Amino acid sequence: MAGSTITSYGPAASEVFPEPRRRAWRALIEPYLYLSPALILIGLVMFVPLLLGLSFAYRNIHLLNPFSGGFVGLDHFSAIMGDKRFWRALINTGWWTGASLVLQFSLGLGLAMLLNRPFRGKRFVQAIIFLPWAVPIFLSGLTWAWLFNPVIGPLPHWLAALGVMSEPYNILSNPSVAMWGPIIANVWFGIPFFAITMLAALQSVPYELHEAAAIDGASAWQRFVKVTLPFIAPVIAITVLLRTIWISNFADLIIVMTGGGPADSTQIVASYIFTTAYRRLDFGYASAISTALLVLLMLYSLIVLQLRRRLAGKV
Amino acid sequence: MITVGQSKARRLALHAGHTAGLAVFMVFAMFPLFWLVKISLTPNNLLYSEGITLWPSSITWDNYQFALLGSRFPRFFLNSVVVSLSSAAIVTLVAAAGGYAFSRFRFAGKVPIMFVMLLTQMVPLVMLIAPIFKIMSPLGLTNSLTGLIIVYTAFNVPFATFLMQSFFDGIPRELEDAAMIDGCTRLTALRRVIFPLTLPGMGATLGFVFTAAWSELLFALMLINSDDKMTFPVGMLTFVTKFSVDFGQMMAAGVLALIPACIFFAFIQRYLIQGLTAGAVKG
Amino acid sequence: MAEVTVRDVYKAYGAVRVLRGVSIDMHDGEFVVLVGPSGCGKSTLLRMIAGLEEINSGDILIGDRVVNDVAPKDRDIAMVFQSYALYPHMTVASNMGFSLEIRRKATDLITAAVGRAAGTLGLGDLLARFPRELSGGQRQRVAMGRAIVRQPQVFLFDEPLSNLDAKLRVQMRTEIKALHQDMGTTAIYVTHDQVEAMTMADRIVVMNEGVIQQIGHPLEVYDRPANQFVASFIGSPGMNFLEGTARQTADTSWVEMVDGTKLPAPRTDAEEGQTVIYGVRPEALTIDEEARSGLIARVDVTEPTGLSTLVFSRVADSITCAFTMDRLDLTRGQPIGLVPDVARVHLFDQASGVRL
Repeated sequence: MAGSTITSYGPAASEVFPEPRRRAWRALIEPYLYLSPALILIGLVMFVPLLLGLSFAYRNIHLLNPFSGGFVGLDHFSAIMGDKRFWRALINTGWWTGASLVLQFSLGLGLAMLLNRPFRGKRFVQAIIFLPWAVPIFLSGLTWAWLFNPVIGPLPHWLAALGVMSEPYNILSNPSVAMWGPIIANVWFGIPFFAITMLAALQSVPYELHEAAAIDGASAWQRFVKVTLPFIAPVIAITVLLRTIWISNFADLIIVMTGGGPADSTQIVASYIFTTAYRRLDFGYASAISTALLVLLMLYSLIVLQLRRRLAGKV
Repeated sequence: MITVGQSKARRLALHAGHTAGLAVFMVFAMFPLFWLVKISLTPNNLLYSEGITLWPSSITWDNYQFALLGSRFPRFFLNSVVVSLSSAAIVTLVAAAGGYAFSRFRFAGKVPIMFVMLLTQMVPLVMLIAPIFKIMSPLGLTNSLTGLIIVYTAFNVPFATFLMQSFFDGIPRELEDAAMIDGCTRLTALRRVIFPLTLPGMGATLGFVFTAAWSELLFALMLINSDDKMTFPVGMLTFVTKFSVDFGQMMAAGVLALIPACIFFAFIQRYLIQGLTAGAVKG
Repeated sequence: MAEVTVRDVYKAYGAVRVLRGVSIDMHDGEFVVLVGPSGCGKSTLLRMIAGLEEINSGDILIGDRVVNDVAPKDRDIAMVFQSYALYPHMTVASNMGFSLEIRRKATDLITAAVGRAAGTLGLGDLLARFPRELSGGQRQRVAMGRAIVRQPQVFLFDEPLSNLDAKLRVQMRTEIKALHQDMGTTAIYVTHDQVEAMTMADRIVVMNEGVIQQIGHPLEVYDRPANQFVASFIGSPGMNFLEGTARQTADTSWVEMVDGTKLPAPRTDAEEGQTVIYGVRPEALTIDEEARSGLIARVDVTEPTGLSTLVFSRVADSITCAFTMDRLDLTRGQPIGLVPDVARVHLFDQASGVRL
């Protein structure tokens, strides 16, 4: 056949194309009919409160004080600047999020790699290992709090026997190490999530790539570093980003296990917001801290996404 | 696994390491729950002498008897079941409709709406506690199970919608085309063909929301204050702060709280992995 | 049974123009094949006839009825999908009887209709099975069965054989054609496979980029392609195209190639000196092993199939294919002469591609 390309013999591109008929009104509205319950719920129960919450930050809303509700401008925010408890909580948030994330991620990835190969009884093992995820969070918190309690929990005794502790005491009541209690509970609870996500990512790596790399002479370790990791890096990045935000907002375990104490040593920003709203009923100030937290989280996301884009650009 | 060319000893070592690794994870996962059960079965008089042994010399069902008959836990349990089941059922219906719209229609505003729904997943929920209380209080929805159901439903709808969308996406569009050519309207096609095929997905969504609602603590703590409206988490936490000495009874109650969540989890596990896989691959 | 009329139909998805003024009259009982490369709009046209896609403008008629805004369920059509689209949660029997069930026909009537269709297609033993328990070929048959149970006015086929292996495809091709001849129902069949189009169609509709290129009987389309696109798309291996200049005297006409070779050409209304594409199918070329006549080319590759041999040879920069039933002994690089049969030569206008 000749090398000449086959062109189209239709009307020229400048042809007059008839105006499409108007789509039936029903066809335009139909998807919204299906979506409307979801949109109404989200709008009323998430967006309205969110906007209201943002407005509270500039008002004096005290639940028990009937005369509250006045506009206070930026007073709450200047109070935050001088609020030592807030800054303490912010540092604790970083510590809590960082430690939980690193441990959850590394253990979760390790577990995913163990599970990413066929073995006998896999379904059973998987069900057992993922079980902590199903345990209601308040119960995980309580259980771990009990495990750290020297009266009924073995952990202090074991730690003492190992020489880590001089005598069995409850780490949750020692301000210098109390944060480790909720962190360990959080790691226990969070490994399954990471393991499942990473397992899904690992399974998306085409096996042929491994075979090709093996034929090209790569060792198992080289295959992991050169094939697996780059392949799942985008999933890791997005999971870590989302999980960071989630963990930094995750106050339940702390509220159950320590209530932020002793002496605010385990107070994170999210639990501080809850305490301010729930115990002090100071909705205005709670909303101001919430606004600050939201801004910080958005900044964090922007920075991470920028970094990711720059890294992706390099590769 | 590529095992050709590995020596037998190396293979055995790898196998042993693999098994040992899994065993460590299994022990770590199970130990706290085992301990919960163990303390709940330990008689009170042995608690201090055998509190930290692996298994008590004798066991008792007294703690369960108290939790079931002598306490308000059955009430809390019932409240939690009502709230969790209602939320799960409503969310599943709402999310199925929304997921269907996302999966099957092209329409103006689809991308922004999906984006906004993703964004709701980023909002720190503690932020909403005060404003929601403020809105719901004059409506009589505080200290009310209905109020809790509304809150839990709304919070779970976005994720559930995406989950349902992934299940609908898994059903070929041509099945609907075929059904419509065979004589169905869109709604009949939905009922006769799509709905039966989405049942597993709906079950998974149901289980997911049930588990989430069953665990929720902070909103329930804020919105509920009377004994007869408390959900299990609130009731238990109140119990803990009031009677923080009776460990056996608390743990028996804890085991009770664990049961429904575990049943649902066993049921949804497969689909959760599927849903997350879809999400992970897409993301 | 009914005729199907497509009248000046346009379709666009946003800025992408899929169909640009398509008109076809399909007669009652006719087997019409829509063929073209992927993205030519043939499937969209079929789906619009089925009512699965809206049309932007124009009309579609089934029988005398304009069906532009008629729902698929009310068009009295049946369709066989490329993926078969069998309902996974229903047995073979329920799949086949579904359309009747939806129309609330009596159970015994449905059973009888399903039984008849199953008998015709040899599915009798499989009625209680689920689609996942069937092989690809069996699923295809069930999809066919679901369509014929209905006794619709029009059958629509959307590449129904492309998921089958080559052998089964040939077999089903014959069966579908036989079935159509027995039933006599109008059938519209979409395929990208020009062999299917040639072997099955009463009439072929060749489409490209949303425009109909030619409508005609298979052999008519093969022998007298309307333009260079049709000539290249229909026929395998495809037609050879060579660029040259049309020359004519009072009683002969020929085309002069770039290298000066003169190839005999049929009498056309090509003007003297016009740049034309000289088109000749492989079987219209005779090979002169001695390279004493015709267009001189160098052998590139020979492909013997046993029955025949394809000889690919190089003329200037392009490859020319010749078809011969002889078993030639040719070596790479050997010069040969390609002698065209002037009665089967086509000239196309170089600019528009239209056959002269």
